[in-house]
Amino acid sequence: MLQALRVIRIGWILQLKTMARSGFDVVICAVVTPIAYASIAFFLYRRGGGETTLLWVSLGAAFMGLWASTLWGAGNTIQRQRSQQTLEFAIAAPTPFLVSLIGTSLASSTVGLYSLVGTLAWGRVLFGVPLELEHPLLFALALPAAVLSLGLLGIVLAATLILYRYAYALANMLEYPIWLAAGLLAPIALLPGWVQPISYALAPTWGVRAVRESVLGGSPLFAIGMCLALAAIYLFLGFFFVQNFERLARKRATLALS
Amino acid sequence: MSVGLSPRVDGVNVVEVVDLRRTYKTTTGTIRRRSLEVEAVRGVSFSIAEGELFGLLGPNGAGKTTTIKMLITLLIPTSGEARVLGHDVVRDARWVRERIGYVFGGDRGLYERLSALDNLRYFAELYGVEPRRQKPRIAELLELVGLTGREKERVEGYSRGMRQRLHIARGLLHDPPVVFLDEPTIGVDPVGARELRAMIASLTSAGKTVLLTTHYMFEADSLCDRIAVIANGEIVAQGTPKELKAGVAAGSVVEVEVFGVEQGSVERVRGIEGVRAVTIEEREQKQVLIVQTVPGAELTHAILSQLNGASVGRVSSREPTLEDAYVQLVTAA
Repeated sequence: MLQALRVIRIGWILQLKTMARSGFDVVICAVVTPIAYASIAFFLYRRGGGETTLLWVSLGAAFMGLWASTLWGAGNTIQRQRSQQTLEFAIAAPTPFLVSLIGTSLASSTVGLYSLVGTLAWGRVLFGVPLELEHPLLFALALPAAVLSLGLLGIVLAATLILYRYAYALANMLEYPIWLAAGLLAPIALLPGWVQPISYALAPTWGVRAVRESVLGGSPLFAIGMCLALAAIYLFLGFFFVQNFERLARKRATLALS
Repeated sequence: MSVGLSPRVDGVNVVEVVDLRRTYKTTTGTIRRRSLEVEAVRGVSFSIAEGELFGLLGPNGAGKTTTIKMLITLLIPTSGEARVLGHDVVRDARWVRERIGYVFGGDRGLYERLSALDNLRYFAELYGVEPRRQKPRIAELLELVGLTGREKERVEGYSRGMRQRLHIARGLLHDPPVVFLDEPTIGVDPVGARELRAMIASLTSAGKTVLLTTHYMFEADSLCDRIAVIANGEIVAQGTPKELKAGVAAGSVVEVEVFGVEQGSVERVRGIEGVRAVTIEEREQKQVLIVQTVPGAELTHAILSQLNGASVGRVSSREPTLEDAYVQLVTAA
């Protein structure tokens, strides 16, 4: 257990280091995109919404960036490891691959935290959106819970890439539908009934709800609890998928590029 | 140069491979797709004793890397059995992974944007090297591979030789008793390759068991205790370098320097009675026709008579080398 935590820790640190040195693609994904999302959302809602609505939208836009970063990390981690031929080395190590994947996936979500800070600062400076936390302590609890659940959802997505070399295309496709399904831009209640069960299975739905309720007021504890419960489910699914997909990849010889 | 001693496992073959097979499925065509099965490894069997340096030689696509990947648990065999230190590589994959190291040739396989030190720290954790042992072990290995002082530089700025040395350090981090080396000197300059060979030789003197694949015959000749030659997925010969050379030692080799020889002439030489194998080596502007002959055959005149039109330089005769044995075995397969 202690060794697994050490692997997660060093995986997290080194992935952050790698992303910090990755240049333009990470700058676009982590720095520019969230600000662009926030600007679009502010322009959409500025006319009809009051300060509370704008903050509600602002937090949704922040989660759009957080989700984009998680998705980018999930798709990119395996793909990059495959192209630089480190995937085989990481999988053939005695530490279960899931453990090293947790560190790298959490790092992507952590980088996504910038989008929260960037979006809120952008809204404050340019659109005058106020930022006052209703429950600061619960906010401090809601944020890591959201990052954890998003990071572990990233593992479930990354696991498919172990087996399917081109699954990153599917990961890319998931960016916009999840914005809608998770209620980042509009309340889930406005969505068709059949979408709502999907919404409730997604980490961003509960993550943004936990953060919104801790900032705007409400009782975020249930949403925080749902984040943690989903994190546990994703971890179990991740374990199941990584173990089985790794075995299938060794059988079908899809770990390497050739 | 020295490498830390590993625990010995007495009384067993460290690596045992029995009738190992691996088939790949592939598809052709875009609209009318057809599924094909390619047999990369077809019933390979060999064993490696403790402390032995065993060479696996073969041309590109012969099945060397596929065999190694099955042994290091990265590929599941289609059939057959492979055991490392008595444990099945499929059933006990994790147990095997803890006790083997492997090094692939080429300049990939490292985290490019991280330093050598970060690469080693990461793999030290993945291989469960105790935290208090990590720092001295990494320092010891950096010293061994000659990267001390360069360890904080990013790998993306490393030369091919430096990357290869870092690969070796990575493969030895957990001090494994069994090491798999897949063409470790490929693309490395002569001085670097010589240093790497010395390093490989030091592994067995430290008690490790090594499986080496290489294209360089002199490398295999000087390093390996025993060699298996693999061609088209099957082992065509196995023995010590001396035994393999003895297989063609009863014959001799004629080397003819030529300028602008045509393929038709080569085919005609190949058809001469008493010729076992013919290869051509490009050496700067000239080519060297290497002809292996059966014992007692004096074929120099017959060979020269078939090279009509080509300008002929020096002609010589010599004893067979391991490379000649290899060429004969592989072309006959």
